Amino acid sequence: MPFEIIVLRSMQKLMLLGDEAIALGAIDAGLSGMYAYPGTPSTEIMEYIQSSSEAAKRGIQREWSANEKTALETALGMSYAGKRAMAAMKHVGLNVAADPFINSAVTGVNGGLIVVAADDPSMHSSQNEQDSRFYGKFSFVPVFEPSDQQEAYDMVFDAFELSEKYRIPVLFRITTRLAHSRAAVERKVSEPEKPFHLPSDLRQFVLLPAIARRKYKALLASYESLKYENRLSKYNVFRDGSNRKLGVITCGIAHNYLMENFPGSGPDFPVLKITTYPFSKDIIKDLTERCEEVLILEEGYPVVEEGLRGILDNNLKISGRLDGAVPREGELNPSIVAKAVGIISDPFPVVPDVVKTRPPSFCNGCGHSDTFNAVIDALKPYKIDGVFSDIGCYTLAALPPYSIINSCVDMGASVTMAIGASDAGLTPSVAVIGDSTFTHSGMTGLLDAVVKSSPVTIIITDNSTTGMTGGQKSHATGRLAKICEGLGVASEHIRTIIPLRKNHDDNVRILQEEFGFRGVSVIISARECIQTASRHRKEMSSENKIKE
Amino acid sequence: MKSDIVLAGVGGQGILSIAAIIGLAAIENKLFLKQSEVHGMSQRGGDVQSHLRLSDKPIYSDLIPYGKADLIISVEPMESLRYLPWLSKSGWLVTNSTPFINITDYPPIEEILKEVRKVRNHRIIDADRIAKESGSARSGNMVILGAASPHLDLPFSSLQNAVRKQFQKKGEDIVAVNLKALIAGRNA
Ligand SMILES: Cc1ncc(C[n+]2csc(CCOP(=O)(O)OP(=O)(O)O)c2C)c(N)n1
Repeated sequence: MPFEIIVLRSMQKLMLLGDEAIALGAIDAGLSGMYAYPGTPSTEIMEYIQSSSEAAKRGIQREWSANEKTALETALGMSYAGKRAMAAMKHVGLNVAADPFINSAVTGVNGGLIVVAADDPSMHSSQNEQDSRFYGKFSFVPVFEPSDQQEAYDMVFDAFELSEKYRIPVLFRITTRLAHSRAAVERKVSEPEKPFHLPSDLRQFVLLPAIARRKYKALLASYESLKYENRLSKYNVFRDGSNRKLGVITCGIAHNYLMENFPGSGPDFPVLKITTYPFSKDIIKDLTERCEEVLILEEGYPVVEEGLRGILDNNLKISGRLDGAVPREGELNPSIVAKAVGIISDPFPVVPDVVKTRPPSFCNGCGHSDTFNAVIDALKPYKIDGVFSDIGCYTLAALPPYSIINSCVDMGASVTMAIGASDAGLTPSVAVIGDSTFTHSGMTGLLDAVVKSSPVTIIITDNSTTGMTGGQKSHATGRLAKICEGLGVASEHIRTIIPLRKNHDDNVRILQEEFGFRGVSVIISARECIQTASRHRKEMSSENKIKE
Repeated sequence: MKSDIVLAGVGGQGILSIAAIIGLAAIENKLFLKQSEVHGMSQRGGDVQSHLRLSDKPIYSDLIPYGKADLIISVEPMESLRYLPWLSKSGWLVTNSTPFINITDYPPIEEILKEVRKVRNHRIIDADRIAKESGSARSGNMVILGAASPHLDLPFSSLQNAVRKQFQKKGEDIVAVNLKALIAGRNA
């Protein structure tokens, strides 16, 4: 590349979401494979790479995976072959991928491997607000937690390098506000992809006990070295201050909320900004030895706070989420931080009473509403109060006027909970699951049902897309009936209905026929999501225009 | 210069295009910018907001502190009130008067407008009607942006340029309709 172009490119600034900054960082750092399953707030990482012309030109692998576990394992395979890979998921996705994640720390990697987990404190679009930093500690894997979009971009380069230097995956933790906020990001000179090369030790990935024990010892040792490494990291910054009464430790994005409150020259007290883990006690001592009191500001669980309380609260007052200086749950914001450092003390202003909550709801004309109207009528003769369900747009049937689903736990749980409840005597035991959720984690449960001939009815709402997260391609599209047949459901009990008002009576009848059957039945309720349908129509008409 | 703006509405009402247009105009004026958006579940007809921060100095927080917003721009009247905790005492609230009713307990519109009128600096405009009159019922968001534009620290010509850029891909007709709605809102 001629020098001018390199200079121009390196000066190029783009307005990027935190997610997009990570994606672009990965492309520029020589990524060869991106693997993900959609999940707010992580989805836009893969979407950016899928729509990038540079990624297309380079032939970066960038298809959605069936779920987070398959995504992470595939990324590990890419790493085995020596190339740089990234797997991205929302926080609960890391639960699904926890087995390969924790074991990949023991096997170690070959090509650099980054696992991005996007946490959702305050549960804007999630079932819980678990803090992925725990997984770092649990698996002895280094964690990077960028504080802004530029760091998110830059740290991808460092994370790949660290991953290759220590031959270990790096967990990249972000939260909703960084994922979904835009700011200017300056690009670096991009790096070439790594060449294909197999691991020098071909036993590395064989976790037989004898090998695993050896690898585990090495992992523990590397965790200690990582502490030293992070002491030197340019992303962990200590900034001294003259006012030694209070010292503040900020983790990730919390740093911005603190600095927001001190425009101009910044706070007069010492501040330690932490963005990589694990860290050594020394780095903390810079702060704790100077101050009478330490306040810890972290987005998520009190991970650092709990760590400090064990060792250092002899002469030192420690405050944070555990003593109420910061609320125990929910995401941070600049006002909460202002209160915690004592800049403001008034109660926060409130929303006028006239304002009502406005929960999300089905789009006008959504096929799910017709499916649930049929389910409601079909269940009328039975004395049961609802059905099991799962996670997706269809979960909105938990709300009025439908109020017909009684569960939404984790992807796939509707099928297996229906089996368990049927074992306990519930009839009919019905599960409603989305097409993408079904191929994510519903298929194995259905196999359980087939093997024990459970009298359950599984309704798959097939809208040909992964709707809730914005309409990504669904692995199930065009394959559902065959999958169910292949798993052993009798073909006469795989029924397809079209959820339209004009089919209501027929649909109710078909549902009731299957509710009455004392074995496994599957009802595929198939009509395309109206959002993706209208997008497809627009794409078609603009394609036709181009042809004309 | 610093301008902190909360954009409010219901999922699907086009507040992200307002955000994008103000963002483009801010870049044309070489300002720093941070823009937090709502993606995910609420986009299905729930309440959505965007915090937009412009400044001639670097910006730290992606979120605006309570009581510090200079402007609330809302394409829906009840939603305009949801973000009052962020509005500063001297800030402006500019809202559409046409409600978007997708909940059963939506309060009487008069009660909502009464609450809006309690805000010292407010403007209520019927963006849906003005949009229809200027030729496109779907550009109510541009009408509101036009109505709020005098309270934005940005030259109106930059907003016009930004509208052109934002809709350029969709063709000249769409650009023209949106510019017309923007100007109608500004003159309303
Ligand atoms: C383990 C896990 N991964 C991802 C998600 C995010 N997520 C929630 S709903 C959803 C889409 C489900 O799609 P589908 O089952 O097709 O239903 P639809 O929304 O289209 O009705 C996803 C990916 C999650 N909640 N949990």
